[in-house]
Amino acid sequence: MSTIASSIFTPDTAARFDKLATIYPLKRSALIPMLLYAQDEIGFVSDAAVAEISQRLDLLELDVRNVLSYYSMLRTVPAGKYNVQVCTNISCMLRGGYELLDHCKNKLGIGHKGVTPDGLFSLEEVECIGACCWAPAVQVNYDFHDDLTPAKMDAVLADYAAGRGKDVK
Amino acid sequence: MPQLVSHPDEVKVVSRRFGQGAAEIDKYIELDGYKAVQMGIEQGPEWIVNTMKASGLRGRGGAGFPTGMKWSFVPKTSDKPKYVLVNGDESEPGTCKDHVIFLHDPHAVIEGTMIAGLAIGAKMGFIYLRGEYRYLLKIVEKAVADAYAKGFLGKNIFGKQGVDFDIITQTGAGAYEVGEESALMESLEGKRGVPRIKPPFPAVVGLYGGPTVINNAETIANAPHILLMGGEAYAKLGSERNGGTRLFGISGHVERPGVYELPMGYSLRKAIYEVAGGIKDGKKLKAVVPGGSSCPVLKADEIDCGLDFDQMAKAGTMLGSGGIVVLDESVSMVEFALRTIAFYQHESCGWCIPCREGTDWLKKTLTRFHAGGGNKKDIDNIQYLAENMMGRTFCPLGDAAAMPTLGFIKKFRSEFEEYLEGVRVEHPLIHIKPVGELAMAGAGH
Repeated sequence: MSTIASSIFTPDTAARFDKLATIYPLKRSALIPMLLYAQDEIGFVSDAAVAEISQRLDLLELDVRNVLSYYSMLRTVPAGKYNVQVCTNISCMLRGGYELLDHCKNKLGIGHKGVTPDGLFSLEEVECIGACCWAPAVQVNYDFHDDLTPAKMDAVLADYAAGRGKDVK
Repeated sequence: MPQLVSHPDEVKVVSRRFGQGAAEIDKYIELDGYKAVQMGIEQGPEWIVNTMKASGLRGRGGAGFPTGMKWSFVPKTSDKPKYVLVNGDESEPGTCKDHVIFLHDPHAVIEGTMIAGLAIGAKMGFIYLRGEYRYLLKIVEKAVADAYAKGFLGKNIFGKQGVDFDIITQTGAGAYEVGEESALMESLEGKRGVPRIKPPFPAVVGLYGGPTVINNAETIANAPHILLMGGEAYAKLGSERNGGTRLFGISGHVERPGVYELPMGYSLRKAIYEVAGGIKDGKKLKAVVPGGSSCPVLKADEIDCGLDFDQMAKAGTMLGSGGIVVLDESVSMVEFALRTIAFYQHESCGWCIPCREGTDWLKKTLTRFHAGGGNKKDIDNIQYLAENMMGRTFCPLGDAAAMPTLGFIKKFRSEFEEYLEGVRVEHPLIHIKPVGELAMAGAGH
């Protein structure tokens, strides 16, 4: 099925991409899901991933990069293994989002879009993540952590540091 | 995991199955699931559309367009396939209601999608969630797979010859703009999420150029309930011209924040003081943003109005997405305005100049103002900028940034003026960097 002779992705992801390219009325529709799954596997969207996805969807690499650069969750450089995303939008701000972000900055010793030297954590100040009623909220990779305080945040970070948190997939 | 809350004043329709394990298909079926869609197959499209019209259901995404009417706009015959598109790209700050629907009752969204498909003659539906909702996508994906396994989706659904329906699910990748219907279609077609010019409207030329109905996830999840209880019965739950109930996410400075289902027209004051338990830590109320961050703010003495589209419009604001953000007396409106605008500046897709430049200049001016470099003319300039953005963009994002700005200036002008005099409540931790050079923002004086 696949037109790709040797995929850079794991067999599972390659098979998923084969299927994604067939389910939509237009193949190109699979682009954003593919970019996300590629990032989940590699940690970011690499040049090789752009090349393979463009080939799979019969697009120019430029087309892929045009879309890639638009969406805030997609990145072309590695983040930490655990990407800590602190929401500071209005509902979270009112309940201590900025204090939480500041706490994370101090705790991890990095700023917005920084990565810890061991590559374990990265930090991002993000816009509303849709957890307003459980504010302040943080997303670590795709997992939500609600109703946080600096102390609860420490426990969350400790869990990830000790390998007790969920990985990307 | 989001906490479920409840209050005796709630009228549970769309939240009826929350907390009961209805994400499992057998439980959903036990709780009257997939009955409405079978009624729809028996009774036909006209009956569905008429029932929806009678229900008075208006779009829960924010615009409040009557759903039955929207469905009736789709041409009966079309050379191109028709589609149903479910907007689960919930991104309006203050809004997290679709979050709980996908979590607790994903099959209601699936069944609603099928009902919309039957109504307009579509054989394919898409459920598009925001990228941050990956864990919810997994829940919806499983629900879709279970529905296929039971023969509720696919070819000849429910054993009915010639009745086919397929559902594709996916997420976005982080873009507020994609919550706009035409930008969502662009995104679903694998492009940058920028809006399309209208007309043609999606009902005529939508996804892949085919006639498309696009509805918010909560709107869609209401459809099965409406068919089961009847349009009139649903309409009666709400207020005049505003049928039914709605999920309200109450957040900010309240004692019991959460997503509550209240009848349309319910008192905003009671929603804050009774349902959500009043202002946190016994403080005084300062202001309310009643329907997501794009709605003009209400002052503490303006909350004696009913939560429906018409009453909120009369009060000079909007019901919007139902995200009620409550601000206590400690909040600086200058800071709150800056944070609101910083969001819209970040999310403007850049397609239309009034929005791209307008949000940028608003943020620049407010940043300087907040930092203490403001002057009296800035207040008028902010208003002038916002007024000139209104109605001048392809999509409502420009308005969404301008409307709350005008609200802040109109309702809290004196606080902006006092801020210039040094009566400040600055947030110690907000360090939003000015966009571009300070000199460019006119801070040279």
